[in-house]
Amino acid sequence: MKKYLAYALLLTLLLVAPLLFYPVLLMKVLCFALFASAFNLILGYGGLLSFGHAAFFGGAAYVTGHAIKIWGLPTELGILTGTAAAMVLGLLVGVLAIRRQGIYFAMITLALAQMVYFVFIRAGFTGGENGLQGIPRGTFLGLVDLSNDRAMYYFVLGVCLIGFGVIARAVHSPFGQVLRAIRDNEPRATSLGYNIDRYKLLAFVISATIAGLAGATKSVVFQLASLTDAHWHMSGEVVLMTLLGGLGTIFGPAVGASIIVTLQNTLSSGPLGAWVTVIMGLIFIVCVLAFRKGIVGELQAALRKSFN
Amino acid sequence: MFSDLLGIAPQVLFGQLLLGLINGSFYAVLSLGLAVIFGLLNIVNFAHGALYMLGAFAAWLLGKYLHIDYWGALILAPLIVGFIGVVLDRFLLRRLAGVDHLYGLLLTFGLAMLIEGLFVKMFGASGQPFAAPKALNGGVNLGFMFLPYYRAWVVVASLVVCAVTWYVFERTKIGAYLRAGTENPKLLQAFGVNVPLLTTLAYGYGVALAAFAGVLAAPITQVNPLMGSNLIIVVFAVVVIGGMGSIMGAIVTGLSMGVVEGLTKVFWPEASSTIIFIVMAIVLVLRPAGLFGRTN
Repeated sequence: MKKYLAYALLLTLLLVAPLLFYPVLLMKVLCFALFASAFNLILGYGGLLSFGHAAFFGGAAYVTGHAIKIWGLPTELGILTGTAAAMVLGLLVGVLAIRRQGIYFAMITLALAQMVYFVFIRAGFTGGENGLQGIPRGTFLGLVDLSNDRAMYYFVLGVCLIGFGVIARAVHSPFGQVLRAIRDNEPRATSLGYNIDRYKLLAFVISATIAGLAGATKSVVFQLASLTDAHWHMSGEVVLMTLLGGLGTIFGPAVGASIIVTLQNTLSSGPLGAWVTVIMGLIFIVCVLAFRKGIVGELQAALRKSFN
Repeated sequence: MFSDLLGIAPQVLFGQLLLGLINGSFYAVLSLGLAVIFGLLNIVNFAHGALYMLGAFAAWLLGKYLHIDYWGALILAPLIVGFIGVVLDRFLLRRLAGVDHLYGLLLTFGLAMLIEGLFVKMFGASGQPFAAPKALNGGVNLGFMFLPYYRAWVVVASLVVCAVTWYVFERTKIGAYLRAGTENPKLLQAFGVNVPLLTTLAYGYGVALAAFAGVLAAPITQVNPLMGSNLIIVVFAVVVIGGMGSIMGAIVTGLSMGVVEGLTKVFWPEASSTIIFIVMAIVLVLRPAGLFGRTN
């Protein structure tokens, strides 16, 4: 009961948020919260550190932008096309990457994402250094004009809630339990008869797909798909968001994403603008050394302690 | 004599081959350092590219403010950066003992962001020119190509450093300790060897190798705060191809990947920036453990 009350409160907050804050910033937060949550599925629950998620995020952004701007697809279909592209890319990268574990998995995903990045630099449809600009926001089902920031916000909220729903469903399903079992003790999961490679691959593909959904939505919000979205700095940023919020917690990544996005936004306009990378690096180091459970993880641990 | 080979002018072919060999030397020295560090610390040093850059900057700063020439910098810069590595290991990496290896990668990633961010802030993102030593100016015409002395020196110096590292690891007492530390640090400690000291030295040495490569690269690529940031990813791919199991494996894979890259520039220029990643994908399909890796 308490739980539903909390969810209702959260939803109300999300619904009234654009009245209180700048909608474009909120949409950015939502997109990155979804991106980080998708990433958390593979790292927090699957125990696999992917350093290549920017490829799915940025790849979907490009495909969506191209589909809407050049092919003239309606917004929803454009986002779906981009998401599907991320899924295919996720399958290709995943099949190769799950052949190795641990540290190697991270290096392989990073290298493959870098390869995708180079392809984007060379490919004509991405617009090279300029990126894909002026992607029209279009309408929702031909009814609601999305060029209005408030309308766009509710559209993005809807898309993100669907994405969060898929992730939460995956985590709390038998599939999610097997995934955690593999993370905690791979040989034991194997000996119980689970085909662990298939579980890992499925988790990776779901994660890549939702990351793509986030990137696709972001490209429509900002009407821009650029190399920044696909660069490995973006992969690092999503790791940082997830780590800061709390690995393997449902809400942690969203919390981490909100903090990092807000921080970047505040810093970039202030006198500390040139120090953003340095500050991000510092947060990274502090998180790893002193704060490995992340904000939500530490809160949960503190709550548990106070009850015992 | 080689007037026309496969329709490619020999100057182009051998020029790219030399360039590939130079890149390969950097890959070899850098992946060698990564292998040494990984062996003892079980950490993939994401800061390797940043420390390579730090080596080049150390040389540039030594020259600018202390008027130390190239040869002095080639010795001093790796020592300075190696010392920084020792400090980093003692104060940061040491705290991650017993934690999942992935955190080591994340910590060093944060370090790389911090170091590169600081240098971009201080020196800007554009490169600083760095002159090659006078003794190595000019070159020799070999008939089929022009060989600049400095480029030849880079390849020779890298090979010598690789060979010395190989000799120390495979043929000396301290190398035996290092290899034992890779296999079973607890047992080695029980025999009375100071394993934490050994680990710190290994990190310092691996980092010094990166800085050495940075100084060698400085006259070729200019001294740029981001010179190591994309390079490190290619080196990771090289490491995946070769596997981090053996010193010789790292050297051979590094050099040959450089050559492969150089040849691709001649025959299939569009793929030259991605060829190493393509090779990595093929190796993963055919031999997941890497060419020199051991499966365990």
